[in-house]
Amino acid sequence: MTALLDVRDLHKHFGALAAVAGVSVAVAEREVVGVIGSNGAGKTTFVNMVTGYLPPSRGTITFRGRDITGRPPRQVTGLGIARSFQVPQVFASASVLDNLLVAIGIAEEGRLPIWTPLRRRQRVARALATLESYGIAGYASQPASLLPQGVRKLLDIAMATVRGPELLLLDEPTSGISVGEKFAIMDTIMAALRAQRTTVLFIEHDMEIVDRYAERVIAFADGVIIADGPPQAVIDDPEVRRLVVGERVKVAE
Amino acid sequence: MSRDRTLPGLAVATLVLLGVAAAAPGWMVFTLVVSLAQGLVVLGLMVLWRAGLMSFGQSLYYAVGGYTVGLINIQFGLSNALLLVLAAPAVAGLLAFLLGFLLARYRDIFFSMLTLAFAMILYGVLVKSSTLGSTDGFSILTPSFLGPHPGPDATQRLLTGLAALIALLAAALVHRYLKSTAGHLATAIRDNEIRVEYLGYSVHRAIHVKYVLAGILAGAGGAIVAMAIGHIDPEMAYWTTAGEFVFVAILAGAGSVAAPFLGAILFVVLRTYAAQYTPHLWHMVLGGTLLLFIVFLPDGVWSLFERACRPLKRRAPS
Ligand SMILES: Nc1ncnc2c1ncn2[C@@H]1O[C@H](COP(=O)(O)OP(=O)(O)OP(=O)(O)O)[C@@H](O)[C@H]1O
Ligand SMILES: [Mg+2]
Repeated sequence: MTALLDVRDLHKHFGALAAVAGVSVAVAEREVVGVIGSNGAGKTTFVNMVTGYLPPSRGTITFRGRDITGRPPRQVTGLGIARSFQVPQVFASASVLDNLLVAIGIAEEGRLPIWTPLRRRQRVARALATLESYGIAGYASQPASLLPQGVRKLLDIAMATVRGPELLLLDEPTSGISVGEKFAIMDTIMAALRAQRTTVLFIEHDMEIVDRYAERVIAFADGVIIADGPPQAVIDDPEVRRLVVGERVKVAE
Repeated sequence: MSRDRTLPGLAVATLVLLGVAAAAPGWMVFTLVVSLAQGLVVLGLMVLWRAGLMSFGQSLYYAVGGYTVGLINIQFGLSNALLLVLAAPAVAGLLAFLLGFLLARYRDIFFSMLTLAFAMILYGVLVKSSTLGSTDGFSILTPSFLGPHPGPDATQRLLTGLAALIALLAAALVHRYLKSTAGHLATAIRDNEIRVEYLGYSVHRAIHVKYVLAGILAGAGGAIVAMAIGHIDPEMAYWTTAGEFVFVAILAGAGSVAAPFLGAILFVVLRTYAAQYTPHLWHMVLGGTLLLFIVFLPDGVWSLFERACRPLKRRAPS
């Protein structure tokens, strides 16, 4: 079976710093992969390269057998890869509904979406249904700048999913969300994604979340993958304990 | 969501303007046609402004519109108003399309200064072109309409009527555009370009389209004013002309497609009276007005208009 995403020997250097230093990984269709690693391990940089925000210094990225290395985010999105952001990227001065409508409008229309009204009725219905599935329909008319962090995160993710991507990369979907809400929010996200049969790769610091939602875990440290396998095996790995998990437990306490 | 009454409003306003064009005294008709031409240019500025971009060089397309009329006059001896008022925006739009590839890469003051630079280049070219009359410019043929020449007064009235209809068409189409996905991308681009790209849309293309739209509208304005005045000169491309458009844009506000026309009429009235009553101080009066607007009415006269309508709506149900 060929991989959906196949990354070979990926590198990213920022001056003298090697933020990603030789990452090779393959993700199969319908897999749910958790990515762990301490701060600065290169997780976000990895996602930035896969989605075309940063050109790799070296290495190749293949999606469905097609080389997408160095393509800009716009094209990568068009090919079926979407992402959410560690810091939510929404249109702050627009309402939650308009944020989603713009996302849907772009997804539904072609290169010149200059004629059909953005707020056409079917589209508003679709947007509200999407907000409903993420449990944030109650915020529809609020400006995105005034949202609580958790809601803004969900909006960011909802916007990323309107095209029905085949692969979704979530960068710390639960960061900035209170411990009490984390599971509820992950349940919401994962339920919505399962319904769309999306392949998911999510970056997460909370091991409980990783253990509960990931089928496979990849551990990053200093720009390389130090472990890759079933969740419990990776979390219990001594190297991972020393470099990733142990440190996080200390931080949490 | 409140009902959108823009289109009926525009239709009524156009009827009033057609009435003015038909029956008002000659000076008023002339003032109106010049305001409509200016309003068209400012309508284009508004489209850009909503995306956070301001052109300091819209005089470029205004002049291209005017000179297109003049050149068609000279080259082909054609003076049909309808033909000219369609040809000029087409030429202006084509130029905007070409320059847009470069301009869409720039933002903020860099965008503004680059637009200014292009306008200055055209001004320089026009001043140096003796075949185009250099600084003196040249005269435009009296515009013709279908049928025999109706005489100067009726010609001006017909031209003004045509300008009112074009303004209606332009305002209605821009209104439709602003409500579309591309129109809403203006706020989106101002807020977060990265997100727009990640949604799969090219920010460059969105800005490019807005820029071409603004160029087309400025070209139409230039053609109308050229025919109304009967003369064109490089002054049309000069930066003070572009500055006036920005002035009117701020005066008007970006709240509605009707605002640029309201702003243009207000501007002409203001300038006329200021020049009449304070011949040596009129620049100061205009400057003072701009100052007051920026401080007290940052959303332009249109916001006054909106405020005047709103309390009525609220009072109605009780
Ligand atoms: N654009 C950039 N320019 C320079 N250095 C960068 C840039 N982006 C990331 N880095 C550096 O690269 C390293 C990896 O950063 P990255 O954001 O990928 O880490 P991360 O694993 O996502 O960490 P965190 O858990 O804190 O989000 C860090 O040392 C960071 O400072
Ligand atoms: Mg990160």
